[in-house]
Amino acid sequence: MTDLGEGPDIDVAVIGGGPSGLAAATELKRRGIARVVVLEREPVAGGIPRHCGHPPFGWREFRRILTGPQYARKLVSAALKAGVEIRTDTSVAGIKPGPCLTLATPEGVRDITASRVIYATGVRETPRAARLVSGVRARGILNTGALQSLVYLEGRRPFLRPLIVGTELVSFSAIQTCRHAGIRPVAMIGEGATTVARWPAGLFPKLTGIPLHLQTRLVRINGGETVTSATVEGPDGQRDIPCDGVLLTGAFTPESGLGRSGHLQMDRGTGGPVVDQFGRCSDPRYYAAGNLLRPVETAGWSWQEGRETGLRVARDLVGTQPPAQRQIHVVTQEPLIRLVMPQRISLPLSPRGMEALQVRFTAPARGFIEVYADGALAWSKPVDVRPERRFLIPLAGLTESHTNVLELRFTK
Amino acid sequence: MNMDRRLAEETFDVAIIGGGVVGCAMARRFTLEGARVALLEKATDILDGASKANSAILHTGFDAPPDSLELACIQAGYREYLEVHEAMGLPLERTGAYVVAWTAEQEAALPEILRKAHDNGVPDAVLVDAASLRAAEPHLSTQARAAIHIPGESLIDPWSAPHAYLQQALDNGARVFVDCEVTGGAFADGGWSLETSRGRLEARHVINCAGLYGDLLDRNLLGESRFTITPRKGQFVVFDKAASTLATAIILPVPTARTKGIVLFRTVFGNLAVGPTAEDQQSRTDASTDRETLQSLIDAGVGKIPALADMPVTAIYAGLRPACEFKEYRISETPDRNWITVGAIRSTGLSAALGIAQHVFGLYNRDGKGHRPIESPSVPQAARLAERFPRDWQEPDHGEIICHCEMVTRREIEAALQGPLAARSLAGLKRRTRATMGRCQGFYCSARLAGITDGHFKITLAPEVGDD
Ligand SMILES: Cc1cc2nc3c(=O)[nH]c(=O)nc-3n(C[C@H](O)[C@H](O)[C@H](O)COP(=O)(O)OP(=O)(O)OC[C@H]3O[C@@H](n4cnc5c(N)ncnc54)[C@H](O)[C@@H]3O)c2cc1C
Ligand SMILES: Cc1cc2nc3c(=O)[nH]c(=O)nc-3n(C[C@H](O)[C@H](O)[C@H](O)COP(=O)(O)OP(=O)(O)OC[C@H]3O[C@@H](n4cnc5c(N)ncnc54)[C@H](O)[C@@H]3O)c2cc1C
Repeated sequence: MTDLGEGPDIDVAVIGGGPSGLAAATELKRRGIARVVVLEREPVAGGIPRHCGHPPFGWREFRRILTGPQYARKLVSAALKAGVEIRTDTSVAGIKPGPCLTLATPEGVRDITASRVIYATGVRETPRAARLVSGVRARGILNTGALQSLVYLEGRRPFLRPLIVGTELVSFSAIQTCRHAGIRPVAMIGEGATTVARWPAGLFPKLTGIPLHLQTRLVRINGGETVTSATVEGPDGQRDIPCDGVLLTGAFTPESGLGRSGHLQMDRGTGGPVVDQFGRCSDPRYYAAGNLLRPVETAGWSWQEGRETGLRVARDLVGTQPPAQRQIHVVTQEPLIRLVMPQRISLPLSPRGMEALQVRFTAPARGFIEVYADGALAWSKPVDVRPERRFLIPLAGLTESHTNVLELRFTK
Repeated sequence: MNMDRRLAEETFDVAIIGGGVVGCAMARRFTLEGARVALLEKATDILDGASKANSAILHTGFDAPPDSLELACIQAGYREYLEVHEAMGLPLERTGAYVVAWTAEQEAALPEILRKAHDNGVPDAVLVDAASLRAAEPHLSTQARAAIHIPGESLIDPWSAPHAYLQQALDNGARVFVDCEVTGGAFADGGWSLETSRGRLEARHVINCAGLYGDLLDRNLLGESRFTITPRKGQFVVFDKAASTLATAIILPVPTARTKGIVLFRTVFGNLAVGPTAEDQQSRTDASTDRETLQSLIDAGVGKIPALADMPVTAIYAGLRPACEFKEYRISETPDRNWITVGAIRSTGLSAALGIAQHVFGLYNRDGKGHRPIESPSVPQAARLAERFPRDWQEPDHGEIICHCEMVTRREIEAALQGPLAARSLAGLKRRTRATMGRCQGFYCSARLAGITDGHFKITLAPEVGDD
C-alpha cells in the first residue's frame, strides 16, 4: 500500500472503522469524494460488532439477518468496493486544528492533514473504576466488551460462574456470550424495578435459568486475587452471592479521550463532543458520527448516522453546506434529563441536518417534556420515559431564526 | 515444604528479605559495594506490598521530623536519585509543590511550616500570596489564601525506579527469588540458614525489608519484634488524562498531626490523581477501595480544582503504609545474629530508599567486611513509560499497539515477560508496562493481553475454553 503521506491530498480522514465510520466513508466515495481514508487502531476494521457473535445485525443495511462478525466483514467489503482506503493498526493519538492528526502506526509516528475529519470512535462500557465499585481488585471483573472479545476472538473465558450487573440490552447479549462459552452466570442484578431492556422479566428465569434480582445493587466485590463473592443489597437487605467473577454490563460512555485531550468542546451530558445538527464539532472541520455522539444506539442506527454524516461532509466539501452564521444553544438544567444531542442548532437552517433532538433520561418518570425558546413555551408533550430509551423532539418549528436558547424542562 | 532442597549452592553475604522499594534499593547498594546478595520475595512479582501503590512523589523532606533518621535518609535518597536517574533512564519531573492554606487557621500555620522547612535544610521554600499562587496554578479554586512553595518536590515513576534498582543489582551479580516466602531460619556459626517456600538458603547476614510483615518476620526468626505494624490504608482516585493540564505543581494541604492529608498530584504518566486517605486497619493484605471514600476524595479534588467536576475517573486504587506505633523508621541491628531490621518505612520509602540503603550498608560495614566495590558496574535502562520521554509507540518496529489508552506496544509487553524479573501476574505487567491502566481499564485490550501472556503468568488471565 502507498504511504499515507504520498498520493493526492486526503479529503476526509475518518477516525474509527466501526459501522458509523465505514458507512460515512462509503457514502463519501459514492458521492464522488476522491480520497477517503479510514484510520482504525485495531488490526481489523468493523468496530464493536466484530466481537458480538450473535444476530441480529444488518437488517437496515443489507436486508439480511447477520451475526456481528459477518456484518462487520460486509461493511468492510462494501467500503473497500466503494474505494475507501482502510488503514488498520493505525491509532489516532492526537488531533489539532487544521485538521491535523497525529497517527501511531507500527512504522512509528506521523502527522497527516485532511480537509475534513469524521470522528467516529464509538462507545464502550464504564469500567469498575469509574463506577467506584467498592471491594477488592481481583481478576474476573470486566465489561461485556472484554468478555465478548475473549470468547469470540480468542476462544477464552475469564470465569465460569460470574454475577451479571445490569439489565440493559447488552446484559442479555452478555448472557448469550456466556452460554456460547459454557459460562453459567449465578444471577443477574439490576437497580430498577424492571429490566432496563424491554424484556418480559417474569419469563426471564424460566428462559435462561438465571435468577434475576431487581431493585438490587452491587455493594462490594469480595475475594483476594480472584473473586469469591459479591455483596448485593436488595429489598430484603444485604447478602453475599458466591461467584468467581463480576460482569459489569452497559453504562455506556463515548470513547472520547481524543476529543477531551484535544481542542474540541465536549459535552458533560453525552460525554462526547458538542455538535450541531450536522454533526459538526466546535471546530467545524471536524464532524462526529455514530455512538460517539451519545450512548447508546444500535449498529444500524449508528450506520445510518454515519451515512448521513458522509452525505453532509460531501456537501460541505463541494460548497453546498452553508457555514454557521449563528448558533442556537440547546440546554437543560433538569436532572432527569441525562443528555440532549445535538447541543447546537446552526443557522441559517439548511436541509439535511438531523431532524430531531435526541434525549435520554436518568430515571423512569411520567410527566411533560417542554421546550422553551428564549423562555417561552414552544413545545410540550406528555411522556412516560425510561432510562436508556431514546426520546426524539422534532426540530421542525422550534428553530425560529431569532431564537438564542432552547431549554428542555420536565414537569410532573 | 522443600526443607531439604537448597535454593542456591553458594552462601551469600547478605540475604535481603522483601522485594519492595526498600529491598530493591538495598540489593543494589550492597551489590555495588561488592557483597554477594540474594533477594527473596514471597509474591509472584516484586513490588507487591506497600510499594505497589503510592503517590509517587520524591520528597525533599521539608516536613519530615527534624533531626530524624527519616529526614537524613530522604535527603540522601533524594540526592542519589538525582545523581543516578539520568543514566538509568528514570524520569524526574521537578514540578515543585504548594502547601496551600484554605482557611485562616491554616494560613496561620504556614510560617511554622516554612521555618521547619528551612530548619530541615530546604532553604528554597518560600511563602507565596494568593495572587502569585493563582498565577502559577490558575485552575485552583479562588478559596486558596496563601501557600508555601517547595520547588524541589518532584514526581517519579514508583515502579520503574525500584525495578531499575533491582535490575542493576541483578546485572552486577545479585540473585532474586520470587514466589519465595521466608518461613523460618536458624542462626549458627556466624550465618543464617533460611527456610523458604522454595528451599533453604544460606547467608551470613540478613536484612529484613519485609515492609508490612517486618514485625512478623522479626518475631518469627528473632523471637521478638521492637514494633508492631498497623497498616494504614490510603485510597486514591485517578482522573482522565485531560485533567493533567489542571495543575502543574503538587497541591498539598496543611498537614494534621496524623497525616500529610489529601494531595492533588500529577503523575509522570500524564494523569492527575487525588489521595491518599489514612485509614488504620488490621489486615496486611486488604487494599480494597470503597465508594463513599472515593466519592469524598473526588469531592475534595473538585473543591480545590473546580474544573475536575467535568473529568471522568480513570482508575481507583489503594495502598497500605507499613505504619507502627512510633512515628519514625524502625531501623535496628541485632549484631549477635547478623540481622538488621529495616521496618516501618511508612510514608516516605520511595523517596528515602536509596538513602536508607546507604545508611544500612554503613551499619553493616561499620567494622569492615572486606568487600571491594564493583568497578564501573553496568547500568540498566529503565522502560520509558513517562510521558515526557519518547515512548516505544513513537519508535518504529514496536509490533503494534496493544493497550490503546496507555499506548503500550507489543514489544514492551513481550520485553516485560522476559528475564529474571519477568512479570508473572497482570498486576506485575501493569507496573512494568501500564497495560490496562488507562481509561477503558481493559475493555479493548484484555482479550489480546490474555493471548499474549498465555503461558507466562502464574495464574492464566483467561484460559482457553476447555483448558480451564
Ligand atoms: C459491549 C458492546 C456490545 C454491543 N452490542 C451491540 C449489539 O449486540 N447490537 C447492536 O446493535 N449494538 C451493539 N452495541 C452498540 C455499538 O456501539 C454499535 O453496534 C456500533 O458498533 C456503533 O458503531 P460506531 O461506529 O459508532 O462505533 P464502534 O463500533 O465502537 O467503532 C469505533 C471504532 O473506532 C476505533 N477507534 C477508537 N479510537 C480510535 C483511535 N483513536 N484511532 C483509530 N481508531 C479508533 C475502534 O477500534 C473501533 O473500531 C454494543 C456496544 C458495546 C460496547
Ligand atoms: C498511600 C501511600 C502513599 C505513599 N506516598 C509516597 C510518596 O509519595 N513518596 C514516598 O516516598 N513514599 C510514599 N509512600 C511510602 C512508600 O510507598 C513506602 O514507604 C514503601 O513502599 C515501603 O516499602 P518497603 O519496601 O519497606 O515495603 P513493601 O513494599 O511492603 O515491601 C516488602 C516486601 O516484602 C515481602 N515479604 C514480606 N514478608 C516476606 C517473607 N516472609 N518472605 C519473603 N518476602 C516477604 C512482601 O511481599 C513485600 O513485597 C506511600 C505509601 C502509601 C501506602
